[in-house]
Amino acid sequence: MSVIETLRTRGEGRRLLQDRRLPVLVTAALFVVMFGFGAFRYQSYGFLDAQVFMNLFIDNGYLLVAAVGATFVILTGGIDLSVGSVIGFTTMLTAWLVEKQGLPLLLVAPIALAVGAFGGYLMGYVIHHFEIEPFIVTLAGLFFFRGLCLVISKESISISDPTVDRLAQTHVPLPGGSFLSIAAVVSLAVLALAFYVLHYTRFGRRVYAIGGNEQSALLMGLPVAGTKIAVYTVSGFCSALSGLLFTLYIQSGDPLHAVGLELDAIAAVVVGGTLLTGGSGYVVGTLFGVLVLGLIKTLIQFEGTLSSWWTKIATGVLLFAFILIQRTMTARRRT
Amino acid sequence: MAEPSPVLEMTGIVKEFSGTRALSDVDFRLFPGEIHALLGENGAGKSTLIKVLTGVHPLDGGTVALDGRPVRITSPLQAQQAGISTVYQEVNLCQNLSVAENILIGREPVGGGRIRWKELRRQAAQLVTRFGLDLDVTAPLGSYPLAVQQLVAIIRAVGSGDPAAGGTGDAGAGTRVLILDEPTSSLDRDEVEELFALMRRLRGDGVAILFVSHFLDQIYEVCDRMTVLRNGALVGEHMVADLGQVDLVKLMIGKDLDELEELGEHHGEPDTSEPFLRAEGLSRAGGIAPFDLEVRAGEVLGLAGLLGSGRTELARLLFGADTSDGGKVYIRGEQAALREPNDAIGRGVAFLSENRRTEGLVPDLTVRENIILALQAARGWTRPVPVAQRDELVAKYIAALDIRPADPEAKTGSLSGGNQQKVLLARWLLTQPRLLILDEPTRGIDVGAKAEIQKLVVSLSEEGMAVVYISAELEEVLRLSHTVGVLRDRRLVARAANGPDITAGRVLEIIASGEHQ
Amino acid sequence: MSLTSLWRAATQHRLFWPVVALVALLVINVPFTPGFFEIHLKSGHLYGSLVSIVLFGSPLILVAIGMTLVIATGGIDLSVGAVVAISGALACLVVSKQADQGSVAGVLLAFALALAVSLVCGAWNGLLVARLGIQPIIATLILMVAGRGIAQLITSGQIITVNSDAYSLIGGGYWLALPFSLFVVALVVALSMALTRRTALGLLVEAVGGNAEASRLVGIRSRRIKIMAYMFCGLCAGIAGLMISSNVSAADGNNAGLWIELDAILAVVIGGTSLTGGRFHLGGTIIGALIIQTLTTTIYTIGVPTQTNLVFKAVVVIVVCLMQSPLFRAKVFGARARRRGRTQKSPGATADAAPQLEVSP
Repeated sequence: MSVIETLRTRGEGRRLLQDRRLPVLVTAALFVVMFGFGAFRYQSYGFLDAQVFMNLFIDNGYLLVAAVGATFVILTGGIDLSVGSVIGFTTMLTAWLVEKQGLPLLLVAPIALAVGAFGGYLMGYVIHHFEIEPFIVTLAGLFFFRGLCLVISKESISISDPTVDRLAQTHVPLPGGSFLSIAAVVSLAVLALAFYVLHYTRFGRRVYAIGGNEQSALLMGLPVAGTKIAVYTVSGFCSALSGLLFTLYIQSGDPLHAVGLELDAIAAVVVGGTLLTGGSGYVVGTLFGVLVLGLIKTLIQFEGTLSSWWTKIATGVLLFAFILIQRTMTARRRT
Repeated sequence: MAEPSPVLEMTGIVKEFSGTRALSDVDFRLFPGEIHALLGENGAGKSTLIKVLTGVHPLDGGTVALDGRPVRITSPLQAQQAGISTVYQEVNLCQNLSVAENILIGREPVGGGRIRWKELRRQAAQLVTRFGLDLDVTAPLGSYPLAVQQLVAIIRAVGSGDPAAGGTGDAGAGTRVLILDEPTSSLDRDEVEELFALMRRLRGDGVAILFVSHFLDQIYEVCDRMTVLRNGALVGEHMVADLGQVDLVKLMIGKDLDELEELGEHHGEPDTSEPFLRAEGLSRAGGIAPFDLEVRAGEVLGLAGLLGSGRTELARLLFGADTSDGGKVYIRGEQAALREPNDAIGRGVAFLSENRRTEGLVPDLTVRENIILALQAARGWTRPVPVAQRDELVAKYIAALDIRPADPEAKTGSLSGGNQQKVLLARWLLTQPRLLILDEPTRGIDVGAKAEIQKLVVSLSEEGMAVVYISAELEEVLRLSHTVGVLRDRRLVARAANGPDITAGRVLEIIASGEHQ
Repeated sequence: MSLTSLWRAATQHRLFWPVVALVALLVINVPFTPGFFEIHLKSGHLYGSLVSIVLFGSPLILVAIGMTLVIATGGIDLSVGAVVAISGALACLVVSKQADQGSVAGVLLAFALALAVSLVCGAWNGLLVARLGIQPIIATLILMVAGRGIAQLITSGQIITVNSDAYSLIGGGYWLALPFSLFVVALVVALSMALTRRTALGLLVEAVGGNAEASRLVGIRSRRIKIMAYMFCGLCAGIAGLMISSNVSAADGNNAGLWIELDAILAVVIGGTSLTGGRFHLGGTIIGALIIQTLTTTIYTIGVPTQTNLVFKAVVVIVVCLMQSPLFRAKVFGARARRRGRTQKSPGATADAAPQLEVSP
């Protein structure tokens, strides 16, 4: 018994540094610091208005949904590059069906979601059953869906459908006079659902297990094939949903909508503390990742003199910093 | 112990891999409430037997019966459902999940589609306590040392049908056969004790345990019965109490049918001046205990020892393939810091790994490219070996070592094992090393190639090359070496000049007992 | 040698299927563009569909050659598109700031600066991969994200136009009746062939990508090799960036070289270099890049709406990858492929399939 006792205390000692929640806390702290900086610097420009905070959700709701989907994939150790294209395709499909075919949004939305999910399913199937790298398969998905956008139309289609308009304009009032958009509420609901699925269902735990060690998961008798395919299906579904929210946000379909958004989604996941090698991370972290990226944009807007490309540079720098942190953490864990 | 009927009985097991027999007509039985050791050297067929039993490999012949009823096991999952659980040397669990989850994942208690975390923790904690451990089941598995992870793997394996685990789906299919494939190889003494306590407890519960270990002391400490395999065939089944260690080692190593032509008894005398390489207190935690060693120009130093005795670890330290934790290496009298293989190569040391495919060949490249690789690496990328010189050298070594096919353009991946080994030898000989370290150079290759390699070693040493020759075959070591070193349990336990008093029997005794005056 | 054995030898050559695909694509064009293979001299310049395929395909060929080396080491470089943008932006900026934009010295200075920065970008990727041990996909993702921002920073978000004959020569000009970019590509190809096959670099790259551990044990300084590969890849992307910006006499930080990394990876894979590293084929890569460019041209000439280009590409990627997947071949082509796969694997496999139970510390 004594051996175990000493081992146990050794384990306790390292627990704090090894705690998988640490990266999330770092990101949350970063968010608070950045927010505090903004509040201090732009005090007189109304930065502390509650609506500024709410706008983070309104302006980045679609990104949050896409990043939640990407979180599932990355937790299994995979990657999905098709996110931006599926979003772009969904905006085009929705705009085209609603505007050119005159279908009601209520019918179009499920179709778009089903198409996105099916696309994800196909990619997952090929990845798992033919053992082709997810990188390549989802790259083909990226080409394919962007190509489909252009097949629908080379031109942007603006949406004047009253239902879309109404949904886009609806304000969900919050105490204190601020409000959220429908899209923001949906994105938060998706986040909550994802949290529940990842932490309270067997499927969610399998996602973590596969990311931890796929070989072990297989030997432990877990249905690895189904889970992996499901994860890409979830990502496809989330991308499509994100596309619908994006359509509401921007009220048009455009073949060049959301180009490169997969990078933002992946960056948000990584900055949110999820390991790109899989198995460790939280969707709550992804929320903070999205908020941090969104806050960078907001701060740059408030600064006024800084141009939009600083967002990309700042994202790159953050990405680098967090990848370094991940690297040192995993290195320490291994020893 | 009364002898009830066996819980598992394997009869006439045959397994072939593309024409080569890995197992021929092997019988194996396992009784409830016993710990049964499966023994054998590298390539004896232990792993294959286990993989056949757990459904990883399909059978090519023979029958398996559980409780007297014939069964066909075609997948690891099916084996588990039949009550055969396996714990492998590398812990096959998920480091990132909590201990509780690792024990119960796949059969978590669920209520209304929702995992009941409290219940899950309670069940896991109950199982952990029942096996006499005290762990925080909510901590991630990775925060515990390997030893504890190993124990958790066992708890998962045997807890599957446990009523405490609320096993609803597979109730009644409790584990009756537990396979422990080298669970102790990375544990220290105290940790092994914990494991043994758990094993004894399970034995008391009537579980049949198949135990694989390279540590003979452990076998004698915990096992009741043992089965010895050699070259894919059954050598014998014995009660542990009936067979001494020396006899056991003899059974494991056996005597080779001496098809090899006799080599001249005495070949060139080693240089008596300063040793080419001298190691002082060299060590690596978990690899090999501190050892002293010297090897002179023209000397063949043979290292004998069973699998897992630390022989490979020792060689890797001399080459800088692993970094040492302590001790010093002197090469030609100068202290050498060997942090990278490069450091050793630059000083004239060459190393032929025992893992041809993973650590030697670049299978996609041609014979010519593989042969030239070491020389080219030493020259750097800016100074390619001139084409004419390269072709001449390659042709020379293909001819000298009789590499077949004698086609420098052939892909090395498609060569036979013996020829691959010769390609690797040629690669190093090209660099004209002063010390050649050969780790099991003749394992898994045909008899002809084996004799050729042995002859080559003799002539190289006569030309003044120092050679460290590692082999599990005693005869081979004794025939080739000027000096013999013996390893056991990660320790260099003996070193002596080869002479009439150094016989196979004497070395066997040292390997078996670890004692040496 | 009989005809059948000649045929077999030809079909088994690794370039056979890529070449067949390229020729087929070219031939498809003939009914739609009757003079497809014609090349004529107009005011001292050669014109024709084939010439324009090579001209427009030049940047892709360059990027793909650099990518080939990186992939051969077992890596990947996602940042080439961003490097293309940075290089073009920097060169255009330098030229546009000069009083005399046509000055050859000024243009050369701009080129030198741009290429130096491209090398630095490559070195950065190489350091992250080889020194810090970060997965190549992730390491190069950083520059892929930030690089576009840097390019826009250089151009201040504008499209910088230049008006310089010297500058437009490299990507759009003619020399000796041929597009000048052809000479650049030829030079880079010759250089990379020489660099990899005349020195030992090619062999060492293939060894590192083919078996990293064996390479370490044989004394190859693989870190150095990898960093060089990424630097070379950065340099190639830099030259491609000059070409693209020169062709339109403008630098667009946002769109220059967009998705070229994906096309380049595709070209490498079509050319027969495996994504897992090891053996690489520069010739195959060039054909792969030409196939992609011809595909684009073909889609245009046969009257299929150009927008389906991407869909086609996606289909090609998937088909090529499925054909390379042993599992797919086994499932689709059944027992024959499976049997062949097994005999290929067998020699030596049994010896090493012997239990590997020793503990590596």
